[in-house]
Amino acid sequence: MSEIENKAENGSTESAGEGSAGEAKDDKGLGLGIIFFIIAFVACFLSGTLLFPKLLYSKKEQPFNFDHALHVSEAGDCETCHSLREDGSFTGIPKLATCLDCHYEDVLGETEDEATFVEEYVSKEKEVPWHVYSRQPDSVFFSHAAHTEAGGMDCVSCHGNIGESTSSRPYEENRITGYSRDIWGKNIFGIKKHSWDRMKMDDCAKCHKKETGHQGYCFQCHK
Amino acid sequence: MVQENHNSAYKFGMVIDLDKCTGCGSCMVSCMAENNVPFKEDETNKKDSITWMRVYKLTNDKPFPDTEVVYMPRPCQQCGGKGDHGHSPCVSVCPAVATDYGYDTGIVSQIYTRCFGCRYCMGACPYHARYFNWWDPKWPEGMEKYLSPNVSPRMRGVVEKCSFCYHRYQAARDKAYAHGNKDHIKEEDYQTACTTACPAGAIVFGDLNNPAHEVHQIVKPDPHPDPRNKHVAGKSRNPKIFRLLERLGTNPKVYYLSEREWVRKQGDNYLEGEWEKIKNHHGKASHG
Repeated sequence: MSEIENKAENGSTESAGEGSAGEAKDDKGLGLGIIFFIIAFVACFLSGTLLFPKLLYSKKEQPFNFDHALHVSEAGDCETCHSLREDGSFTGIPKLATCLDCHYEDVLGETEDEATFVEEYVSKEKEVPWHVYSRQPDSVFFSHAAHTEAGGMDCVSCHGNIGESTSSRPYEENRITGYSRDIWGKNIFGIKKHSWDRMKMDDCAKCHKKETGHQGYCFQCHK
Repeated sequence: MVQENHNSAYKFGMVIDLDKCTGCGSCMVSCMAENNVPFKEDETNKKDSITWMRVYKLTNDKPFPDTEVVYMPRPCQQCGGKGDHGHSPCVSVCPAVATDYGYDTGIVSQIYTRCFGCRYCMGACPYHARYFNWWDPKWPEGMEKYLSPNVSPRMRGVVEKCSFCYHRYQAARDKAYAHGNKDHIKEEDYQTACTTACPAGAIVFGDLNNPAHEVHQIVKPDPHPDPRNKHVAGKSRNPKIFRLLERLGTNPKVYYLSEREWVRKQGDNYLEGEWEKIKNHHGKASHG
């Protein structure tokens, strides 16, 4: 901004030296320059913040809507469906077999989504191809046991209030890297308000440094 | 609340009994399968092939009938560097911090997504334990379904090496966490693929810091630095056990065991007459 102003000012002083007639015209040029700059800046800014994310991320709908809040109220806490196995590994999104513990008969509720689930997946014995919002890149090793058991953290710290959601938002995938948008975060500038807004390496390192006094050696979180 | 989870440092290492090794190559095969190591159409081209674990053939150079042959498996030696302070040769030269020394385990990492392929580490490694991916891995149709999800495959342009099956350590740690004993993973819960695959039981793997582990009992690592070469630490107190190029002070965590003197002599390059003076103490510096 200031550079353009300087240029405009320099231009006006140079031409002002040539004759008094040009003075009013130069003022007009300066004003127009500022207006054009602001218009161009706003246009670029808006396209960068509104258009660019749409270009960068592709949107995919989940196979059907999943009501977390309803399941939490019916089945209990997160661990009912997302638990640690005996060997310390994490089950992640449950397989069909876990769902069948409750959904073994006909449709339980009244929602269309459950009807889809029963018709398309339960009766055909097909796994639901969920898109995983929190999937990290292949080079990342993440241990749920280390965080929930040894670290005593709760699910909300990293996953936010997903347990209270009543519908599945579309999964957004970075077209260049193929990673979920949740890794970078919803905010295109990378601004973070909650601990679960972003899941980049820096976010892991920052919390590790704070909680354990050391950000960890490479192999602690890589494979 | 600051959690202290670095209070118990492991020092994982292995001892390989060269008298038991038959050179069958099971360790190499299991390593490649376990760690998604790519193979080439022509594996005889050793400038292109990648073998995290490689079996070398040693002979005593004597004519028949005195010829003896020994096979020496060579994983990454997981050097602790001079004085065992973590300044491994490869770690010291990496300009990208793509490889670092895990002070909690003693294992040298290799982060493929961070490596940009300058290959300084390969030049620095005295053991030729590091390999460069000249090509993208090509798996035969359908074989990518057999890859281990616990080890990330590498792309062309990056260096890779043995990680002491670090993913198995991660799994063992998870198990320990789930069972509420976060500081102690069991010896049997963390064993490398080569160790478990060896039909002769020539490889023993475990924590060199833990006197209860078999590897510690065999190696009996000296807790004090070598008085005759201050760079050497963790030297075995068993004269039948040696490390490769021990006098360099790279302090590998891979020990070799042999009853035969000529085998132990192959662990380093000795001047004429030098071996006789130091054969019971191979860590000694050549110049007093």
